[in-house]
Amino acid sequence: MAVTSKTAPAAVTRPSTTSEKPPNKYKQALPQYAAVSPFFILFAVFGAFPVLFSIWISFHSWDGIGQMKWVALEQYNYLLSDPTFWKAIGNTLIIWVLSTVPMLLLALVIANALHNATRFRTFYRIAYFIPNVTSVVAVTLVFGSIFSNNFGLLNAFLESIGVGKIEWLTQPWGIKIAIATIVTWRWVGYNAIIYLAGLQAISADVYEAAKVDGASSRQTFWRITVPMLRPVILFTAVTSTIGGLQIFTESRVLFGDTDNIGGPGDAGLTIVSYLYQSAFIKNQFGYGAAIGWALFILIVLFSIINWRLIGGNDDERLTRRAARRVERRIAAQNAKREAADVR
Amino acid sequence: MSVERIRTAVGHIVLMLGVLVSLFPFYWMVVMASNTTPDIFAYPPKLLIGSHLFENMGKVLDNVDFFGSMLLTLIASLGVTVLVLFFDSLAAFAFAKYEFPGRNFLFGLLLATFMIPAQLSLVPQFVTLAEFGWIGSLKALIIPGAANAFGIFWMRQYAKGAIPDELISAAKVDGAGFFRQYLTVGLPVLRPGLAFLGIFTFINVWNDYLWPLIVMTDPNRLTLQVALDQLNGIYGTDYSMVMAGALMSVIPLIGVFLIGARSFIADLAAGAMKF
Repeated sequence: MAVTSKTAPAAVTRPSTTSEKPPNKYKQALPQYAAVSPFFILFAVFGAFPVLFSIWISFHSWDGIGQMKWVALEQYNYLLSDPTFWKAIGNTLIIWVLSTVPMLLLALVIANALHNATRFRTFYRIAYFIPNVTSVVAVTLVFGSIFSNNFGLLNAFLESIGVGKIEWLTQPWGIKIAIATIVTWRWVGYNAIIYLAGLQAISADVYEAAKVDGASSRQTFWRITVPMLRPVILFTAVTSTIGGLQIFTESRVLFGDTDNIGGPGDAGLTIVSYLYQSAFIKNQFGYGAAIGWALFILIVLFSIINWRLIGGNDDERLTRRAARRVERRIAAQNAKREAADVR
Repeated sequence: MSVERIRTAVGHIVLMLGVLVSLFPFYWMVVMASNTTPDIFAYPPKLLIGSHLFENMGKVLDNVDFFGSMLLTLIASLGVTVLVLFFDSLAAFAFAKYEFPGRNFLFGLLLATFMIPAQLSLVPQFVTLAEFGWIGSLKALIIPGAANAFGIFWMRQYAKGAIPDELISAAKVDGAGFFRQYLTVGLPVLRPGLAFLGIFTFINVWNDYLWPLIVMTDPNRLTLQVALDQLNGIYGTDYSMVMAGALMSVIPLIGVFLIGARSFIADLAAGAMKF
């Protein structure tokens, strides 16, 4: 009796101490797990699984319906020697440069003007942002008519000032400029709003310090504004790189023809339009999946380049040094001001 | 003082020029939609708003099932928006305000999914949905996008600062479970954040083109963007009608945007600063 009464409670309490505490931690968190689970379930089914599956598909020749035929790395081999693929990459990069560079520069100028404007601020912001919420399809239709070879507004204007017609939508450069214009028009305002938020986050003390030091407005802009905006510029550069490499709708709607999706001479064929054409028009699912992976690698590569160019380690040190310099100046000025107050 | 004034004036002139460029395509859309196609083809072109707008809109309605497409797009956009608002805010509430084992790991995993571009899995996603038998149905437009990493990330940042811990503790003392705490403490405080995420999601789904182009294969069940593209593909020579269609597809969305534009823009900018 004495023995059992000694062991029995122990037998009851031991499992309760070992099995109760850790499981309780998880059990108590069940509602939280349930709360975050919808995203992870959807991602597993429509994100993670397709990504893994696309590796598998890219090793096959497959029309999407019949038997999958294992071809190992053949699709990638073909990809590397496919002139159309390289043309699509070239087109995409040219359109990306033609749109991103003017877009971010204009956005910086507009943001600066918005920052200094005291009146009509809400009106300006909305007016600049509206292009971004308007559907690409509708916008492309309008720009398509403006750039139209024969009766387009732009050519009518060029003719009236004596320059003469330019065949925008048949010549390789004309096509790329037209697409880049649409992209720029849609995204300048968006980027300007983001730069504006970055500008507003820079403390007024810094500018005051520069003013007291006698800095010209150009010096202030290049030595203070731009360095302090670096993280925001990095954000816009990365997002416009990712977006730029995925351009599709503009050229698709502009040429709207399934047989000739890239327009005359494939001059408007982008990487994603080539992916779409391969997989969903020609039913080459294996090849389409391989193009998807090439696109992914390009995006990673360019994001790293952006990072290095704009936000890399060296630069960060430089920015920090600039910030420290500014801080020192502010401290010195405050000291001066205090001294003046005492006097 | 006068130098300052000139600078302000120059600033406004630059901004006004930008506004003109920004808004001109909308004006031009209305000009083309309200004139006849021969008028548009004429040289010099007509630069003023004409009187054929309703006639052109009528032609759009005759040639494509415009309201059918609009209804389909509206259902898809509202469906995704409602689900995203619920799932994202619920997950964000848990991530922002509760300690649970594996929380940081799960949140890191969620952030990592940002890196994957949508086009990478376009082909297998299509195959998966075909396997489910969802191709051509609304489910293909709504379910895959019902919760997203961006929204959860954004709402979590918002929830962290906006929901006071004391309120949650008070609700716990009152005996409220997790879901009750979400409903009574979380949701009311998160409302402004939800307004932004809602408009953002709605606009994105409404304007999406590539995904519906691939999954909505039934020509009688197209979203507005795909239908508009098709209108252009088939009746492309009738410019004024296509432009009337474009105008009709753009107006409701701009309406939605203008309702919340002011805080929407501020929230978007604030979100970008948090990255």
